[in-house]
Amino acid sequence: MNHLIIAPVLLPLLAGILLLLLRPFAIELRRLLSLLAVLGQVILAVTLLPVVHSGEILTYTLGNWAPPFGIVLVADRLAVWMLLTTALLASFALLYALRGSDIRGRHFHVLFQLQLFGLNGAFLTGDLFNLFVFFEVLLLASYGLLVHGGGRLRTRSGLHFVVINLAGSTLFLFAAGTFYGVLGTLNMADMAQKIALLPTEHLGPVKTAGLLLFAVFALKGALLPLHLWLPSAYANTSAPVAALFAIMTKVGAYSILRLETLLFGSGAGALAGMINHWLLPLALLTLLVGMLGALAASALRQQIAYLVVASVGSLLIAFALGSSDGIAAGLYYLPHATFAGGAFFLLADSIAQRRGGLDDRFEPAGQLADGRLLGGLFFLVAVLVGGLPPLSGFVGKWLTLQASITHPWMPWIMTVILLGSLLSIIALARAGSVLFYRAELVRPSPNRTGALSLEVVPVVALLLLCSALVLRGAAVDDYTRATATQLLQPAEYIEAVLGHDRNARTELSLNANGVSQP
Amino acid sequence: MEALIALVIGVLTACGVYLTLRARTFPVVLGLTFLSYAVNLFLFTMGRLTIGQPPVIQAGAEHYADPLPQALVLTAIVISFAMTAFVIMLSLRTRADLGNDHVDGKEVP
Repeated sequence: MNHLIIAPVLLPLLAGILLLLLRPFAIELRRLLSLLAVLGQVILAVTLLPVVHSGEILTYTLGNWAPPFGIVLVADRLAVWMLLTTALLASFALLYALRGSDIRGRHFHVLFQLQLFGLNGAFLTGDLFNLFVFFEVLLLASYGLLVHGGGRLRTRSGLHFVVINLAGSTLFLFAAGTFYGVLGTLNMADMAQKIALLPTEHLGPVKTAGLLLFAVFALKGALLPLHLWLPSAYANTSAPVAALFAIMTKVGAYSILRLETLLFGSGAGALAGMINHWLLPLALLTLLVGMLGALAASALRQQIAYLVVASVGSLLIAFALGSSDGIAAGLYYLPHATFAGGAFFLLADSIAQRRGGLDDRFEPAGQLADGRLLGGLFFLVAVLVGGLPPLSGFVGKWLTLQASITHPWMPWIMTVILLGSLLSIIALARAGSVLFYRAELVRPSPNRTGALSLEVVPVVALLLLCSALVLRGAAVDDYTRATATQLLQPAEYIEAVLGHDRNARTELSLNANGVSQP
Repeated sequence: MEALIALVIGVLTACGVYLTLRARTFPVVLGLTFLSYAVNLFLFTMGRLTIGQPPVIQAGAEHYADPLPQALVLTAIVISFAMTAFVIMLSLRTRADLGNDHVDGKEVP
């Protein structure tokens, strides 16, 4: 058994606990430890990447309890791809936080590491109830991070975020309970196997539970009509937290993808493709509504939050296509959207700090200090987010459009994606001209904080990662296509988790759950 | 017994949903608590209702109670307990920061 798989889960957990114990020590020590832990996660993800790229699906049985009885961690191509994206984003968000926003409240680094613990666990687990537990871990940490630093607006949007997520957790438990009541298992591979052989009279409850679960993941991923919590939560929190939260909506998207391909994939008999019917129209609407929100926004951070909603829409359109090309396009788009969203939130904070009392509202202010550099970066990020060539946003959109050509909904998908791009360019052009061109020359720069060159390092690094997605496009495309192929053959996943003698084990589990099996 | 339990879960959920949709933080917290009670009972019944059966292997036992939902409920209780504590603290903080206990921070006449 390869112990490397559990390391991405253990490292942030141990680092978090250690940081809690080190509270009396100097902040520099804790910052260093936190940074080292995040770098360690990048290294772990990079180590795992070539192993899973060969097509091998690694499993780790906790406590050596054989699946489907024990909890199992599964590292396949998709899981490691998510781990890598998370770790890279987290390291630059943390780098930005080290400039001072981490000491505006208590326990920033502890919560940051525990958030990563929850995220990594959610990507690796192969058990539905364990997924619920990791969701709760990451949510509890995110509640703390969201209100970190305090303030009226932050507390209010924090309350909304917590209440809606608690309601979501309740729905998750209802869905998990229904699945267990009908299928007698919570191991996702075993569930997939049982759904495939489901007798007709049990189709109803399983379909209900599946759609409930879809609703929960749609809530986490901010899919229309469950996106309303996102703009105020993201717009009011601190910049590094907002940047880290760019991955939070992707957890929802990841879970939807698992649900779509593993539980209700091609092998699911009568329920195959159940999720896709709902996903595509909702994702198209999400993209449109997000772009309209970005157009109507009155402040930069609010606009970015709506652009995050729209990027979830684009991502899920690609996943909803259901074809290997579509999923591969989505997996290419996913790191791009995450890095671009993170970079934009960090840049917005740098801009807002230089505009005096106006903060990030779209009203003409005095000329910005370092306006040229910030403006140049804003232009690059806008090109990235708007999906213009030559950066990765364009490649992601192009791949999605190409994959949609054979889809029956092709006219709708093309129209919405292209219209969305146009709306985003208009919105970003408006924002840029108010922030940089309509500045009054007479007024001096209000307040200049810190050395800019250090401050923009994380933004530049995230932009470089996005350009690496283009420059190394062939390698990335290879990997995402291989991932999509692997996802569309859930038999491999089931085989890896349950092993070769899975029929014998299924018999055993039937007997063990004798009371719950009709 | 099944009908009674189903009724209890239904009533608890209905109360929870109603209270969660109220405008003040205290009923909302209470509603979330009701919802978590309902879901705990629901999880528990998913192992089927049995009386006086051993949950782990015992010599001579004919039938068993399903032990897994009990473990799941335990986990769910602990998590919902922590969440309730957190949301109470947060609503007190909101009350202090915003000056009233409306969920949107607006004073309603």
